[in-house]
Amino acid sequence: MSEFQQKCSIIGRDRLAPDVFRLTLQAPKIAAEAQPGQFVMVRVIDGLDPLLRRPFSIHRSCADGSISLLFKVLGKGTAMLARRCVGDELDLVGPLGNGFDFSDERPVCLIGGGMGIAPLLFLAEQLHSTGRATEKDHILLGARTKDELTPLADEFSALGYTVQLATDDGSIGRKGFIPDLLGFVLPTVEQVYTCGPHLMMENVVRQCQQAEVHCQVSLETHMACGIGACLGCTVNGKRGLVRVCQQGPVFNADHLEWSLV
Amino acid sequence: MKEEAVLLEKNPEKKVEAREAVPCIMPDLRVQIGSLALRNPVMTASGTFGYAREFENLVNLDRLGGIIVKGISLHPKPGNPPPRIVETACGMLNAIGLENVGVDRFITGKMPYLRKLTTPVVVNILGDSVEEYSEIARKLDGAEGIAALEINISCPNVKKGGVAFGTVPEMAAKVTEAVRRSTTLPLIVKLSPNVTDIVVMARAVEDAGADAVSLINTLIGMSIDPITRRPRLANVIGGLSGPAIKPVALRMVWQVAQAVSLPVIGIGGITTAADALEFLLAGASAVQVGTANFYDPSAAESIVQGLTSYLQEQGEDCLVDIIGTLKTGTD
Repeated sequence: MSEFQQKCSIIGRDRLAPDVFRLTLQAPKIAAEAQPGQFVMVRVIDGLDPLLRRPFSIHRSCADGSISLLFKVLGKGTAMLARRCVGDELDLVGPLGNGFDFSDERPVCLIGGGMGIAPLLFLAEQLHSTGRATEKDHILLGARTKDELTPLADEFSALGYTVQLATDDGSIGRKGFIPDLLGFVLPTVEQVYTCGPHLMMENVVRQCQQAEVHCQVSLETHMACGIGACLGCTVNGKRGLVRVCQQGPVFNADHLEWSLV
Repeated sequence: MKEEAVLLEKNPEKKVEAREAVPCIMPDLRVQIGSLALRNPVMTASGTFGYAREFENLVNLDRLGGIIVKGISLHPKPGNPPPRIVETACGMLNAIGLENVGVDRFITGKMPYLRKLTTPVVVNILGDSVEEYSEIARKLDGAEGIAALEINISCPNVKKGGVAFGTVPEMAAKVTEAVRRSTTLPLIVKLSPNVTDIVVMARAVEDAGADAVSLINTLIGMSIDPITRRPRLANVIGGLSGPAIKPVALRMVWQVAQAVSLPVIGIGGITTAADALEFLLAGASAVQVGTANFYDPSAAESIVQGLTSYLQEQGEDCLVDIIGTLKTGTD
């Protein structure tokens, strides 16, 4: 496994919802190595403010050497990124971190909330293309509104998965919290993969632990370097602090001290 | 070399001839920090470059002037609870809390890799007492492949020891003397900017036997989230680094370079060759690239290249000739 620092041209920019964007970048070296669950560090501008790179899960990696990133405009960095255009170059470092372990246990459930859906599409595509997907797999996706969810849900459906949705406002799918749907699914799956807001993942992990179903979580934290040098992205593991960028971002949920994460 | 420079100065035409005659000559970037010889003046700062291996896929480590590894204590330290970093305008605050593997595991676990590099490795050391500093220095003195020690008397994150050593001249001198007695390795003392007069600190460690001083370490700062009304760092306060602190660092380097006869190593927000040049002109014999390693891993290597280009453009053969050539007043 190796990472690269690369200037990557933006070759696609889609606005999936008023504040949700998907950038597609020509990043052949990164795409060739990327595994679902890994991330890249993106410099949103060449200037010094904002100073630090932003970590983004790899949302999609294609054989044509492109990767996609999905993000919602939340702060200064994402606002600047949203203003970048097709043809612009972004400086990327990646692929970084440990991805999802998707070797054996099936069927699986992928449960994502909001922008946490980003790495799950890459995972779903990889499960599908390597013949690991089964009819008994479940995809559970949640977001605030229909706008944020529909374009993404369609892409999971296109792969042949059965997708269940929940939105905060009930504009599509069930009105409410996506982990509420997990109870029906858990008895039928061997492995859960989750990424999303903290409260959502905490709930998913608790349900999985009660049902004794393996659960892998993808964490997001602030980080300065993404390569294990700044020691800024640590969270509490069962056996002391762990670095999200190196030991994660995907963790076995049982290895984290969830109450302190 | 000096004589030749003088001759060329008096006879500008000859200088042009000389440059045309050997247009491809590479400028000499070598610098000397006491007895420590560097192939170029660009080092990576402690705490921003891990134990170097973290960068091996992104940086040609053998192109760097020197590598200063993460601060090492006598015993392993777990560091502070998260959150440990927060971005600020053109900078970042950190309160990592000196997390490190401890000197023994550093020697057995990290040195074998570092020894294979052609770049001098400087080990940053920190302790809670004078005795601890001495003991770490003794252990490292016996380990093969270490080019120098950098004494960290200035980290603001540890309640015990660190701050007092870095802000009280007598304490800084005491640590320097003790480490001096424990090793024959070249000694660099890294100074804190969180003092009233950094020149006093520099003079104190010079008198105590330091071979060089490096400055500045981080400036103590703070950031608050108005919504939660909580500090953004679990440790409440942390060290500010990055381009935001460069003007302060440059001023201090300039003041210290004038006041002491030791080589000075400039640190603080250096991202580009132009930044490095500012420090060299102000009197630094070398520089350390810190926070830039995080947001641009290629920064240190690019600076080496940029210094070469600058010297070629300026018609300078040797980097040492531009050190401290700041023009002030009516120069």
